[in-house]
Amino acid sequence: MANKVSVDISHRGPNGSIKGGESCPSCKELLTSEELESNLRVCHHCGHHLRVSARQRVAQLADEGTWNELAPHLRSADPLEFFDVRLYGDRIDEAESETGLNEAIVTGTARIHKMDVVLAVMEFGFMGGSMGSVVGEKFWRAAEAAIENRYPLLVFSASGGARMQEGILSLLQMAKTTCAVELLGEARIPFVSVLTHPTTGGVLASFATLADVIVAEPGSLLCFSGPRVIEQTIKEKLPEDFGRAESNMAHGQVDIIIPRNELKDRLVQILGMLEGGVACALEPLWEEKARPAGRGGAFAEALDRVKAIANAPWRAFKGRDREDQ
Amino acid sequence: MPTLPGVHLKDEIAKISNRLMELGRGRQPDKASWEKVELARHPKRPYTLDYIEHMFPGFIELKGDRLFADDPAIVGGLAAYQGRTIMVIGHQKGRDLPSRTYRNFGMPKPEGYRKAQRLMRLADKFHIPVLTLVDTPGAFPGVAAEERGQGSAIATSLMCMAKLQVPTVAVIIGEGGSGGALALALADRVMMLENSIYSVITPEACAAILWRDSSEAQQAATSLKLTSADLEELEVVDEVLPEPRGGAHKDYAGAARILKEALEDSLRELETVSPLQRKKERFEKYRRMGVWREEGLTLF
Ligand SMILES: [Zn+2]
Ligand SMILES: [Zn+2]
Repeated sequence: MANKVSVDISHRGPNGSIKGGESCPSCKELLTSEELESNLRVCHHCGHHLRVSARQRVAQLADEGTWNELAPHLRSADPLEFFDVRLYGDRIDEAESETGLNEAIVTGTARIHKMDVVLAVMEFGFMGGSMGSVVGEKFWRAAEAAIENRYPLLVFSASGGARMQEGILSLLQMAKTTCAVELLGEARIPFVSVLTHPTTGGVLASFATLADVIVAEPGSLLCFSGPRVIEQTIKEKLPEDFGRAESNMAHGQVDIIIPRNELKDRLVQILGMLEGGVACALEPLWEEKARPAGRGGAFAEALDRVKAIANAPWRAFKGRDREDQ
Repeated sequence: MPTLPGVHLKDEIAKISNRLMELGRGRQPDKASWEKVELARHPKRPYTLDYIEHMFPGFIELKGDRLFADDPAIVGGLAAYQGRTIMVIGHQKGRDLPSRTYRNFGMPKPEGYRKAQRLMRLADKFHIPVLTLVDTPGAFPGVAAEERGQGSAIATSLMCMAKLQVPTVAVIIGEGGSGGALALALADRVMMLENSIYSVITPEACAAILWRDSSEAQQAATSLKLTSADLEELEVVDEVLPEPRGGAHKDYAGAARILKEALEDSLRELETVSPLQRKKERFEKYRRMGVWREEGLTLF
């Protein structure tokens, strides 16, 4: 193992990356970019899930040519004229040139295995995936798009918490995104949240854990308070597995942990099953626009057709009932 | 004020040159902001139970989250109020060392937020308006609290308040510390006492992260814009309530009277609209929260 790691230092880029490859943060094995690419950035030596950028994530999931970005022109302002050792605007510019994104979240519509979804992916590389006004607004618009098109919403989070430079306005994004989730709920739009490494602070304590199904990537750190804050408070070293997806699972905080190579198939399966509910015969049939063709699966559609015939008298009766009220 | 459509180059240039000047001479921390931080944390400041005692002739405290434990860092219960009932829920700090420890310095654990939710749902069932009093340094950072879902407890508390059918009024009475404070403050009316603060992070922690020096807390307090006046300007709170001369800690009864009047006025306004309309207005208000630019779009 030792000789595998010895690489020419001059080829090392920032944070230990090597030209044409990286060493695995967990087992330290050297991985070429081809190896990483072909294995969805999962180390094939130890199974460690390396960080995936928002763009890479979209490419991993969306069917070719189906990604359509929403609100691509939303950018941060500096409402507090935040005074700091560096200008907020400079921090934004730097994050932009490093990530090629203009905020810590990208949102859009896409098809995944031919299923239409609204997809939102957070970018940890953009100021630690911090949530400020733009993240909140883009989340709101993504939820609106999901409701309008009646597509399910799929959100990948990765965040260090709130965007300090926007002060209280960043805190309020927790309230804003919560309201957006409630609108999804009222409209019965399935919302699946995938927690990736790391999801902490205000993002974890708002939309990310308010989803209908909470999925986690293996090994990801998921906690409200960061390990360092807790260590300072209790003045003890935390165990290695603190706040990891597996520990969260054991404590009942997530629904399911899905390894990355199964993620795409399983997410489509989960979203499909959430849409497969069929109203019972005594409930009014969903309005036409409530479920467009192709949603709910073949079984649900067939059952609907049977129901429409079998329960016609019931529906007529229910209609009268409603007029009486 | 919030949305800035397009970028106005002239304004941008003016702003940048302003900032350069400020950077050049090193902006001085504003003493007034730090004074507010100290007043908000004043050990003699009235806490939730003090306000309850002075505002309501009768109060029945209801404890426990029905799941795990009772969290003394959040108190709540039914209060008699002008011939009717109000559900009052608030963070509670302790006054001396044993009670401070008992109240965990006003830092709630998941069971505190789950108790609050249980009480809010109870209020909803019987058409009882909800008043929350916010005063916490933040949610408790601890291993067990994390294991019981601190993040999820705050998130569901926000969701619970978003869904409520009854009128909700929140008052920041001391420290409004981050998500742990907001969890009780997603309300139809949000007010702040004059000498209270409301912030995404404590000035000390902010200074430790951005300046790598927690002694820059005074500077951070200025930068974060956490005073009641700042928040009114940012349109995050609906109203700032003046405190008795010298601050709320000088006159508990006077401070309680001010709070009671504000509650009365808020309820009078909120109860003239239907629950559905109230929820709609609540959502419109939170939808507007934030400031951003949208390039390539002109709204005017
Ligand atoms: Zn590895
Ligand atoms: Zn290999």
